[in-house]
Amino acid sequence: MHIPDGFLDVKTAVASGALAVTGVGAALWQAKLTLPARRVPLLGVTAAFIFAAQMLNFPVAGGTSGHLVGGVLAAVLLGPGAAIIVLTTVLLVQCFLFADGGVTALGANIFNMGLVDVVAGYTIYRGARRLVTGQRGLVLAAAFSSWCATVLAAVCCAGEVAWSGKVAWRLAFPAMTGVHMLIGIGEGAITALVLLAIVRVRPELVERKNDAPQPAATIGYGLLVTLGLALFVSPFACGWPDGLEKIAAKLGFENQAITTPLLSAPFPGYKLSWLGESGWVTAVISATGTLAAFAFAWLLARMLVPKTRL
Amino acid sequence: MHHDFLDHYSRLESPVHRLPAGVKLVAALLLVLVLVLMPSSCWFFVLAAGGLFVAAFMARIPFSYLGKRLLLVEPFVIGMAALTLLQPGGLAMFLGIVVKSTLCLFTMILLASTTPFAELLRVLRRARVPALLVTTLALMYRYLFVLVDETERMNRARHSRTFTRQRWLVWKTLASVIGQLFVRSTERAERIYAAMCARGWR
Repeated sequence: MHIPDGFLDVKTAVASGALAVTGVGAALWQAKLTLPARRVPLLGVTAAFIFAAQMLNFPVAGGTSGHLVGGVLAAVLLGPGAAIIVLTTVLLVQCFLFADGGVTALGANIFNMGLVDVVAGYTIYRGARRLVTGQRGLVLAAAFSSWCATVLAAVCCAGEVAWSGKVAWRLAFPAMTGVHMLIGIGEGAITALVLLAIVRVRPELVERKNDAPQPAATIGYGLLVTLGLALFVSPFACGWPDGLEKIAAKLGFENQAITTPLLSAPFPGYKLSWLGESGWVTAVISATGTLAAFAFAWLLARMLVPKTRL
Repeated sequence: MHHDFLDHYSRLESPVHRLPAGVKLVAALLLVLVLVLMPSSCWFFVLAAGGLFVAAFMARIPFSYLGKRLLLVEPFVIGMAALTLLQPGGLAMFLGIVVKSTLCLFTMILLASTTPFAELLRVLRRARVPALLVTTLALMYRYLFVLVDETERMNRARHSRTFTRQRWLVWKTLASVIGQLFVRSTERAERIYAAMCARGWR
């Protein structure tokens, strides 16, 4: 999901960069105010841990393999603020030492994988933890929230590339989302397995009771992520004319726009001819996917945690 | 420590290596920015590529190594750029993006191979990047090699003790390796904090 250089135009790079700087700045500020000094080295070591964990390859079918990304894992283990700093560090090192992810796309990458992944994942994790208690709840929440966070970050990534005018939304969205719906299953399974392994050895590392929740900070990050999603994704996902079209209509130059379609796509105008209106199709596919992911997380929880352990 | 795979050649002696890190960083960032912002034009690409090759030659970094590093990240660029091929007029866009991205990648790989990371951190500190972020970056870089070594050791131990081809069991044991790695990492972080305090940190 690392966007390389050359895929984003100036407005997208600047907008995502501003969002990333705001988010990371807020996280650093929050850490300065609330992070105890003895946990400062933990940030750096956890960043190295995430990096090392990403090097372990999990075999998937047909000789291919996947690896952990670790956004939700870091968020659950350290809390969202610290996780944002850790993921930002990992992305910075990947960009400057590995050339993985472009410099001009650094803001977008930090926004997608550092902010959206962590904040959305953590929020969903917390919500799902309320539903089911015990280790089963942990597995369920971790697997489901990792899946959702991975897919959301991919949607955001597709929106950024489409907003830059490099790849049409109707191509970028199904490609990115489809692939990451599959990757998300792996990510969910690994995150759940790792958290289960940790909670069975050192439960206090996962269930920290004494850490006061910071609703204000979480709401702030949530607003930031929502702003980004509204900026990058909603122009495409919504049938209403977007801001540019509206202004164009007002100023009366809409007819000067090129009317030939950019793409004679397999699904012209979001429509699958044999399935009818595409808004419905997208909604149905997304809902089915989400339900399937939830069912998968639930099955995983049933399978991994025997009943007596509840 | 045999895991200096990241910046293997960053401590060589050459005119390029001797340049101040800040100069190299700013030059690399500027070049990337210009490459991204400029409309695709052949002569500029050739000029940039020529400049980069001269720099790599002067830095005495083997081209096979640079090529290998490039091949490692190139598939992601091509995979993402392949989406543009499905649009009308996509080929020109595809070529433009791939050439641009590859040149940017080459620039960053060259920067990483000619500048020690610690010097880049010093530049960041001087540029008033928040201290916590620089500390985290420094600690991450320091323990990266240690933890990668530790991961490989644990993975080797797992390999020699578990004889299974069942994918699910492999996943479970690998996950427990990662879990154990995290437990060890937190313990290491506590020792590091004690050592930092003993040496008068803060």
